[in-house]
Formats: sequence, C-alpha cells, structure tokens
Amino acid sequence: MTFLSTIKAAALSAAMIVSVALPSAHADEQYFPLQSYRVGPYAAGGTGFFGGFIDYLNLINIRDGGVNGVKLTWDECETQYEVERGVECYERQKSHAGAAAWNPLSVGIAYAMIDRITADKVPLITVNHGRTDSTDGRVFPYVFPLLLNPYSETSGIVNYIASKEGGIDKLNGKKIVVLYHGSPYGKETIPIYELLAQKYGFTVQQIEVPHPGNEQQSQWLTIRRAKPDFVVLRGWGVMNPVALKTAVKVGYPVDHIVGNVWSNSEEDVIPAGDAAKGYTAITTQASGNSYPVVQEIVKTVYGTGKGNLEDKSRIGSVYHNLGIVNGILNVEAIRVAQEKFGHRTLTGDEVRWGFEHLKLDPAKVEALGAKDLFHSINVSWDNHEGEGYVTFQQWDGKKWNVVSDWIAPDWALLRPMIEKSAEAYSKEKGIKLRTADDANAVTTN
Amino acid sequence: MAAIAADFSTAPVLPKWIAPVLLLAVAYGVVPLIGSSYLFEAILLPFLALGLAGVGLNILTGYAGQVSLGSAAFMAAGAFAAYNFNLRVEGLPLIGSIFLAGIVAAAIGIVFGLPSLRLKGFYLAVSTLAAQFFVQWALTKFSWFSNNSASGVIDAPKLSIGGLALDGAVGRYLFALTIVSILTFLAYRLVSSQTGRNFIAIRDNETAARIIGIPVLKTKLLAFAISSFIIGVAGVIWAFAYLRTVEPDGFDLDRSFQILFIIIIGGLASIRGAFFGAALIVVFPLGLSRLSGFLLGDVFDSGVLDMSQRIVLGALIILFLILEPDGLVALWDRIRRRLLFAWQST
Repeated sequence: MTFLSTIKAAALSAAMIVSVALPSAHADEQYFPLQSYRVGPYAAGGTGFFGGFIDYLNLINIRDGGVNGVKLTWDECETQYEVERGVECYERQKSHAGAAAWNPLSVGIAYAMIDRITADKVPLITVNHGRTDSTDGRVFPYVFPLLLNPYSETSGIVNYIASKEGGIDKLNGKKIVVLYHGSPYGKETIPIYELLAQKYGFTVQQIEVPHPGNEQQSQWLTIRRAKPDFVVLRGWGVMNPVALKTAVKVGYPVDHIVGNVWSNSEEDVIPAGDAAKGYTAITTQASGNSYPVVQEIVKTVYGTGKGNLEDKSRIGSVYHNLGIVNGILNVEAIRVAQEKFGHRTLTGDEVRWGFEHLKLDPAKVEALGAKDLFHSINVSWDNHEGEGYVTFQQWDGKKWNVVSDWIAPDWALLRPMIEKSAEAYSKEKGIKLRTADDANAVTTN
Repeated sequence: MAAIAADFSTAPVLPKWIAPVLLLAVAYGVVPLIGSSYLFEAILLPFLALGLAGVGLNILTGYAGQVSLGSAAFMAAGAFAAYNFNLRVEGLPLIGSIFLAGIVAAAIGIVFGLPSLRLKGFYLAVSTLAAQFFVQWALTKFSWFSNNSASGVIDAPKLSIGGLALDGAVGRYLFALTIVSILTFLAYRLVSSQTGRNFIAIRDNETAARIIGIPVLKTKLLAFAISSFIIGVAGVIWAFAYLRTVEPDGFDLDRSFQILFIIIIGGLASIRGAFFGAALIVVFPLGLSRLSGFLLGDVFDSGVLDMSQRIVLGALIILFLILEPDGLVALWDRIRRRLLFAWQST
C-alpha cells in the first residue's frame, strides 16, 4: 500500500497548493510583483538589481511609512531569465490585488507580456532596456523603457566614440565591430547600428555570441582579422568577462572596447581581473555608495538587518544602484499618481498615468538624495523613455571612474525611426493610435 | 493466483473508449467553466503543448526505437513555418497554416532522419543533435524567418477559426485541446495499425523485420515524418496558444531533453504516457514552487527555494524510475488494478 500512501500525500500537498490563497491587499497597500532571477547564468544582474529595488522599497516603508501612508508590498517569483517561467510568474502574481507595475528585467519576458499587460492595464517597466519602439506611447500605452532605450544607448555610444576620435565627422571611414549577446536583447540594436553607420560613414560589423557566451574564441579571432577601431560590447552576464579576457588573449586593446549599459557592472569586470583595466562602459547611473540615498539605505535598511544583498560589498555597485534608481522611478510615479487620484491603493491604469507624468528635474533628483546618481527624467504620454542622460565610466582595476559629463543621446534623430517602427507594429496588430485625450482617460477601479 | 485471475475476469469490463470520452467531456464541458486564467495560461496550455510533443517523440522513440534529440528543433520549425505561412500567404486560414507547418516540420524530420538508416542508438541521437543546432542557427541567421524583426522575436497572430476569435485564455485552451485531441486520436489509431506494428518490429529487431518483409528504410523515414509533423504542430501550440511570442532560443537543447524526459518518465511506447510525463514535468515543479513559496517564502529568498526545488524534483524522478522503470503509465495501471481488486473483494 505504499503507493496509496504516496498518492494520499500527493493529494494532500495538492490540496495545500490550491488552498494557498494569496492574501488580498488592504486598502492601504501597493503591491509590486517581482519576476526576479537569483539563479542561472544571469543571477549577478538579478540579485543586484532586485536587491537594490527591494532595498529602496524597504527604505520608503521604514523611513516614511510607505508612500503617503500607503505601504509598499512585494513578492518574488524566480524566472531564471527564461520566458516561459516569466509567463508562469505573471499568471501567478497577477491575481494579487493592487499591482503597481511589472519589472521583469528581461527583454524576452517583456515581449511575451506586452499583450497581457495591455489587456490587464498595468504598466510594464523595462528600465534601460526593452523594446525600443515601445518608447512611442501612442502605440504602447503600458510599456515604459525608462531612462534609456536601446537606440538612445547606441546613439550615446557612437557619439562617445566620435568624441574620442575628435568629432562626429571623424567617424567617416572608421570601422566598428559590435559584439552582441544572442538574445532578443542583444539583437535589438542591429538596425540602428546599420543606420548610424550609413549616416556617419563608418563601417560596422555585427557579430553574435550565442547565449550564454562562455566561449568566444572564434568571434575574437574574427575581430582580430577585421582590425576595427572600436569594439562595442553588447553583452550580458558571463559573456562580458569572457569577452574582455579573450580580447587580451588575441591582443585587442581593452581601452578600445566600449561596453553598453548591460556590460557596465562590477560583476562584468572583476572576474576578468587585469584584462578589464582601462575598459570603458556607458551608464545611466553612476556607481559608488557616497550618494545620500545609498547612505540612507545603508543606515536605515541594512542597519536594521533588512538589507537584501547578502554580500554587503555590493552595496553601491552598478546593478544595485540601478535597482535603487528603478525603485525611485516606480515610487515617484506612484506619488505623482496619488496626487491626482488620492492617497490610496491605485489601479494599474492610475499608476500608468503617474508614469506618464513622471518628471524629475536635477533639482528634484537632488531632493531625493540621488544627485549625480542619475541625471533626470521627463516622461510624457507619447514619450515613454523620458530623455535620460548617459555618462561613461572607466574601470581602473578597483572601481569605476566617471570619465565624461552627462551626455544627451540624439533623440531628434531617433524619434522618426521609433515612430515608423511603432506605426508598423500598430498596423500589423490593428491597434488604433492613442491620443493625448485617450491617455487622460483613466480606469479607476 | 487463480482466484485473482478469476476476480479480474468477473470484473465489469468497461469499453475502452469510456475513459477518454469522459476525460474529454470534462476537459470541454467542465474545465472551461471552473478554471481560472492561471490554470489555463500557466498549467494546461504548456501541458497540452508538451504532451503533444511527447506523443510525437514517443512514436519515433517509444514505438520505432529511434532516439532523437532534435525535438525542440522540429517544434521551432513548426512554429516559425506557421508564422510565415500565416504572414505571407494571403487568405490562408489558420488551420491551413498549421497543417502546412506540420508538413514543413515533417520534411525537415525526413532529412535529419536519413542518418538513421546507418546509425543506431546513441550515434543516431548525436546525429539528430545536428537538427537541433542547424535549425536554431538558421532561424537566427536569416532574419527573413522572423520577418526582419529587430530582436528576432515574433508576435503570434491572433487566433481565430472561421471568424470565431479565440484570443482569451479559454479560447486558446479549447483551440489547443481540439488540435491535441485530434492528433492524439490519430496517433492512437496509427500505433495500433499495421504501420504501428511495423514500427515496433523495427524497434525490437531490425533484421527480423527486414526478413519478414517490412520496408525498413521507408518505415523509419515514415516514423521520422509523422513524429516531426506532430512535434511541429506542438511547436505551433507552444508559440501561438501558450507563449504568444517566439524566439529561437526558446527551442534550445534543454527543451529537447525535456521532451525526452517526458516520454521516459511517462512511459515509452505509450500514448497516455506522454501526457503523464508532461503532467509531471510541467505541473509538479509549479506545485512544488508554490508550496515552498507558501511555506518558506518568508525565510529564504527565491533563489534558494528554486535550487532546493530542483534537488527535490531530481530526487523524486530517480525515485519514480526506481519504483517503476516502465514509467508513470505502468504505475497508474498497477494502482488502478489494485484499487479495482480491493473494490472487488469488499
């Protein structure tokens, strides 16, 4: 009868699973469903980012008692950066009341969620990444590639390379290799590099590194043959240190490699050791723990033992700071929406309105204790990126040093391309373009 | 033992079709009324897609004895073919695209089945790896397949049959259920036909099969074609009904292994086994993760929980296979027989 007892145990546990009714939100709670990843090849990014995000939410709860008295809650669902796990987490977490916004930190998962969150009317935040044409709020009402979409990042990197060469006209005849991660995220910028190459007269060669990227010998031998003036590293996770080490092996100078916004963390350079010295990368948020908001997190959150990072030395690292910045953006959007709709649990659509009116100028950023951590943001109903500024930082073997001012990407150049792509998408899906009036119609229950 | 045999003979023998018909009645009549969107989106849709893929692989591996590690490639071929037929052929109904997608997957299956004429066992498994890598490479390399989409991710078209929109969770579930039921029924008929017996003959002893006049070459390729057809259609369900977005990376080697494990755990050479295996592989980890999240979510972070679930799942699979090497389907039959016997003797 052992089988019968096994069956009985199985039935019991099944009954327990069914009875796991998620606690419904109280009137004064706002919930963040976190589709995080703490295991798998991208765990370094996941633990840092979600650690920073949770630390900031904790800071708001402990220091301020929530946002105007509305407590912030969250739970985590492990995705391992895999699309079908992300979808399962979405279905699992969406039944929880009072969801403010989704932050999956994965382009693949974000793509799979676009139809779903649009139907459910809850914002989807893809800070510093995502689908570029979702910048166009006329077509993607609920998707927000905040601070920096992939095209702006590309424009920023090309402008930086131009400044190193002595001006944008000096790019003519130069050769750039883009080494990209073999994923939806990595491929997102292929067309924009081709376009900028045509416009500025440089040649571009784009080479894919299959996921996860722990073997790159052949790619770097190709690069050595091509002898490019610059290599743009558009990596993610383990691919980055391997790229830097392999570059040294084939004799490519590391100070001519420019990392993109997901190749810019301590976790990318420390494993590469000396090979990373002199490597430069773009960022929207500076690294370091001297900023007042980071100090408050150290004091208030880690001081009371509620800090999320296990390794305290990662406080103030690039991913942790990005999580904090993402926390600031989410919380401030809720604050904006609360001023309009009342100090209570908001609907997803109300939070969407908040994001569409999220305007933090440098003075406001300073008031939040984040001066120099990030520059500013200015989101509107049709511009869901919000004109974030970028800066460049160089690794000296121990820490990142900022080596440029805050630079504005060439938004005017990029906007027509984004609109064209978004309009093509709207035609394919039969979506009617949204107007400013549509954006002001908010579902409040 | 005689007494037991006698008991079995007097047991009321239900016609074979009763159980499947009851199951379908519940699946069509009851589940759509009481199910939540989580049940459809996160459990039933992946279960149906992987179950069907398991049926396809079971025809090839379980019945015809040809080991394949290219299942995910055939799923990808089906998904991308259906997307392109739907996009590029004006006026072709969705069902037509899906059927043609199955044909494309079958054609690719035949090509990569050719080595089976010379290779056996592990060697064949390794050669089907070529399909796995080639298809994924081609889909990534030529952006035509994804309609030049910047990121290589394609959006599934809206599902509708004869003007009837099936975009909701229930609609997509019924769509998947219908296709899976039809193909499973056909597969069931196939394996009990002469062709199915030819498959088994080749699996059990190829030389003997040749001697009694079974065309080995034709039969093997037929097994590859039918199996790939079914797996290709399973890929369409995975992409169109379940995820509603497709990227080549979603069909990597891990997925091929997953399907192979489904049929090994569920039971080789059993149509039902594929669904038992899919249930274990899809539903069990979710249940485990929800249970552990509920019990221990406040104590450990999600990473630790996920790691421990893997350990538990791995241990359970080993346990299952030791208890019942013939798979869950044999376990199920044994339990049913005992219950029937217990009910008889009271």
